This record gives sequence, structure tokens and C-alpha cells, in this order.
Amino acid sequence: MPATLIDRLWDPHVVADLGEGWALLHIDRVLLHDLSGWRAMEEMRERGLPVRSPALATATPDHAVSTAPGRTGESYAPGARLWSGLRDGAARNDVRFFDLGVPGQGIVHVMGPELGLVLPGASVVCGDSHTCTNGGLGALAFGIGSSELVQALATQVLTLRKPGAMRVRFEGTPAQGVTAKDLVLHLIGRLGASAATGHAVEFAGSTVRTMGVEARMTLCNMAVELGARFGVVAPDDATLAWLAGRPFAPRGALLDRAIAAWRGLASDPDAVFAREVAIDVAAIAPTVTWGTSPEHAMPVDGVVPSPDAAPDAARRTAWMAALDYMGLTPGAPIAGTPVDWVFIGSCTNSRIEDLRAAAAVLRGRAVAPGVQAWAVPGSESVKRQAEAEGLAAVFRGAGFAWREPGCSLCVAANGEAVPPGARCASTSNRNFVGRQGKGARTHLMSPAMAAAAAVTGAIADVRRLAA
Amino acid sequence: MTPFTTITGPAVPLMRANVDTDLIIRIERLTGTPRESLGAFCFEALRFRADGSEDPACVLNRPAFRQAPILLAGPNFGCGSSREGAVWALIGAGIRCVIAESFGEIFEANSFRNGLLPVALPREVVAALAQAASAGAALTVDLVARQVRTPSGEPTGFTVPPLRRAALLEGVDELAQALKRDPEVAAWQMRDRKARPWIWLGEEG
Repeated sequence: MPATLIDRLWDPHVVADLGEGWALLHIDRVLLHDLSGWRAMEEMRERGLPVRSPALATATPDHAVSTAPGRTGESYAPGARLWSGLRDGAARNDVRFFDLGVPGQGIVHVMGPELGLVLPGASVVCGDSHTCTNGGLGALAFGIGSSELVQALATQVLTLRKPGAMRVRFEGTPAQGVTAKDLVLHLIGRLGASAATGHAVEFAGSTVRTMGVEARMTLCNMAVELGARFGVVAPDDATLAWLAGRPFAPRGALLDRAIAAWRGLASDPDAVFAREVAIDVAAIAPTVTWGTSPEHAMPVDGVVPSPDAAPDAARRTAWMAALDYMGLTPGAPIAGTPVDWVFIGSCTNSRIEDLRAAAAVLRGRAVAPGVQAWAVPGSESVKRQAEAEGLAAVFRGAGFAWREPGCSLCVAANGEAVPPGARCASTSNRNFVGRQGKGARTHLMSPAMAAAAAVTGAIADVRRLAA
Repeated sequence: MTPFTTITGPAVPLMRANVDTDLIIRIERLTGTPRESLGAFCFEALRFRADGSEDPACVLNRPAFRQAPILLAGPNFGCGSSREGAVWALIGAGIRCVIAESFGEIFEANSFRNGLLPVALPREVVAALAQAASAGAALTVDLVARQVRTPSGEPTGFTVPPLRRAALLEGVDELAQALKRDPEVAAWQMRDRKARPWIWLGEEG
């Protein structure tokens, strides 16, 4: 019987079949950060539970730590207890821990792949919905809650229902200025934020095959904004090249064995999907969001929609609330909307290729007067590489603040926030009400588009800037 | 976990699409507020105005719904962040059941873990229930019979995965259940160390 990639990732991890599609699934990697990991470690201690397989767990602080230059784990006082709790919990349980300032520290979904801890075919969990990012390497990666995290640490298995298989095929060559972020925002805008609920999404097609591995992680990162707990891309030569030599990736004979297994991680040509969508990428423009759900996406050369165009009553209500919150008028062009803040960072777009794309726009240009612009690299290693390549100098030279690695303005869990009413062009993943700070207004976009917004002081079409 | 069998009471209709867990509980409450105290901050961005005063226009603040144990919501309720604090906040605010067309998957899993029942029903049914609830009807959600009932209308059936239903009815601790199956996990791991030695960091050799 033909199998999907999801079958090939899921089935080997089944420790016990519980019937009706449910299984006790083995977890190969548990990643912990300060926000959810700290709490899980505390609960383990209170319940007297040891970590079942410490070698499979890794911890790093990213959410509630300051990203100000010269920061320590205590710079943001409310996060100090989380940072030290994670560190001490890791030490108590023999879990490896990458502290601030150490290569390896970073946004958990950036550092896991970067260290080669995340591998094709591995099942990966973290108390964080963007764990699906790791699917860009061909891992079965998904976000879980606190209770599930404690169980994963204590038992190394979770009770789960196998997701349906959905495939999204991006075909063709994107226009200049159009990136993985634009493709996935376009997709979510077209299908809706719950289009993939109950499914794992395999991203495939010629566009994905020729896409860099880091761009694939951007696609998979946003799978959860489409409603899917899992996003995945079949591993290929590009994946192997990207993983080569990473600290925890296998080497030598072990690598040869691993590669032989990884080569089989693909959907059969005649595999059947519960849902399949094909998208011609040539028609996609640089894409931004106008509202408070990632499904509120639109081409940058379009106009803000009217609630009268909403597809149903619940969305009409949501659109009206979103327009009010965002301070936008239906029918107005989105391009030219002035921005107060620009944020380049987050698990969606803070890897080296993202920083290169933004720097390419910023080179020889300056941040518009009155705009606060931040670049927050995804990890200590990304930061060091960007500094070595001269990218940090480009950001600084243009007027950006160049900061320490962490989640920062994506989630505002560390005291860093966009002020009430301020408008932010952001490379992050969520434009929810209050996400970047109480009353903050977020427009999601790619790193190149965020850079274009920074230098023009407004939402701008990067294609026009380049001309 | 508190078992769930049947509840009856007012149902507050929050019928907008894509209510995310950030909206249910703000992130800073997760770093500074004990789990037991989160209820007071549930939906704070909707319930309070910028000056900190309650917004009387917000449906959640209406006297008839303040004690509502049931929430009726638009599709994709609980999407977004995995924060289990969203479930703790709802429970802290007295909600034991959310009825919507669909749910964010991690939110749904977190709900079952904490004795909060997510009931998925077709859009028209949720809309009809919202209309009845707005008019003051108390709803009954019966997990034993798998029915939602209004005082006047026909009962509406719903489905819940049998494993989840059993766990809710009996208040089962899933972690304790999984620990009992550790011999199976150990046997699986023994085989896997041979099949995929590259997975077993620091344990190779």
C-alpha cells in the first residue's frame, strides 16, 4: 500500500497501538525553553519524577530573557526565576543546557537544527507551538502543552491521534522579492487559519525542492498558523548538506547508516492525501497581513478589505474587530501605511539567510526617521556568523539595534514590547491582539519586506525599492 | 484532574473566528502569576478598556454570563500558542466546556488534560445554540450521554474520542497511565538503539 511521508515518520514511533488511530508514540527529542520548560522541571520535582531519557533532552533560555546587549539571565527580573529554574532543573536531571552567551543558545527552534540535535525522521517535541519549524529537516516535530511536556520527560511517550496527511505543492519560480514567508502567508490567507486542523502538512513541489533548508523551516514554522500541529518537508541532498558537520549530527559509518534510512523518508508517487492543494507561485506578490490573524493576509499592492467581503458571520465579526484594533480603513492601500517599529527576528525568520536577505535591502540605506528598528538574531551562532560576515555592521550602519539572541518582540515575554497603538512591521509569525505588546499593531512580512518598511518608514513593496 | 460528567448553566456567546490563546491569557501572566490565579486575567484584552475599567459592551462582562460555565465560540477557538495557561485561565474563570466548530489542536489536547471539555459541533448548530443562549436559555452538556440540550429544542449529539471521554469521566491521570506501560517503552527503546543508533546521543558505543 502506498505510504505518505507522514506514515513513514509516524509509524516507526508507535510503541503501542491504542486503536481508532490513537497510539503511544515514542519521543526522540524533548526541547525545553525557559517559559514552558522551567514549569515542567518544577512539576517533575514536585511529583518526584526523574527524566526518563536525559540524553534525549536539551534546554536553552529564549523567551523570558532580555535581548539587550550585555544582558544576563537576570536582566529581566520576572524571567530570572524561569532562567535559573531551567538551568537548575537541567543540572538536576542531567539534561544538556546551553546558557546565554554560549554557542548553542538561541531560540529553541533555531538552535535545535543548528546543533544537529534535530534530525530527519526524529520525533521532536517542545512546549511551544512553533516546534513544527523543525519539520523543515524532515523531522516529525510538534508543539505540546505543559502537561504533555511533563509526560514526555517522565515517560518518553505521548498519547496521540495520528494526523491526516495533507500536501501543499508549491510549483514554479517565485517572482523577485517573493520568499518562503510570502508563499506561506499567501497560503494561509487563501485557505484560512484552520484549513489544516487535524492534519500534518507536507510541503512539496518544485519550489520547495529548489528552496534552501532554512526557507523550508520558515514554511514549516507557519504550518501551525494554518491549523496543523505538524509541517514537514521530505529530506534530500540539500538537507544532508545543511546538516553535515553539525555538532550532534552523526558522523562516519553512523552517518552512512542514517542517510540510508533518511533516503526512504518520502511520500510514494501514488500516495493518497486527505487533502491536496497546488499553488502556482509565479502569481504570488510580496505578502503582508492587515489584521489580527495570519489568515488576514494580502498582497502588498492590494487594498485593506471590507468586512462585507468576509466569507461568514464569525469572520465578519473578527474582521470588524481587527480593523478597529489595527486602525485601518477598508479600501485604503496597505502600502504606504506608516510604521513606528520594525522587528527582524523570531523562529520564523532569524536564521543567517534571513539576516542576509534583510541586509541586502539595507546596504547603503538608512532607517527612516522616527522608526525603531531591531534585529534579533536567532541564536548565538547566527549572531557570531552575522558579525563575521559583516551583516551586523550593515544593520547597525543603517540604524538598526543589533541585539542578543532570543524571542524578543515576537512574543513580548521578556519585557521587550511594541508600545500601545504603535505599528510594527515584523518578520514573526503572529499578529494576534497584544502579541507584541498591549495594544501593539503587527504586520507580518518577510525579512526583505521588513527592511523595506524600515528604510521607507511605511509598509512598502520591496520590488519597487530594488528598482 | 476534576472529572467531568454533566454541567448545566448559562453559555456565553463569543462568536468571532480564530480566538487565539494569546487573547485568552496574556504572556506576562505566565511569567508572574500563579496558575491558580489566572482566572482573573482570562480574556483581559477583551474585558477591560485601556484605562483598566471593565468594558460593559463586552459580552463576557454581562451579568447574565459572569458565572457561565459554558463558552460558545467561533471556529478555530484556542488557535496559536501552546500555552496551557489558556486552559487554566478559562477554568479559573469558571468555564468547564467550550462549544465551537473547531479548536486549535494543542489547546484541545490541553483541555482534556485539565478537565475542560471541548465540544465540536457544526457551524449552524453552534449558531443556533448561541441564539438560544443569548436569549437566556441554560444549556446542559452531558458527557455521559454525549449530548448538548437546550430547555426547548431537541438534544444535539456530539462525539469525543473514547480514550479522552473515559479519562474525563473518571478524572484519569494520563501520565500515570503511561508510566504503567514503561516496560513496552523500554523494549521499544532497546530495539531502536540497534535500528537507529544515531538517535541515542551520548549513548552510542
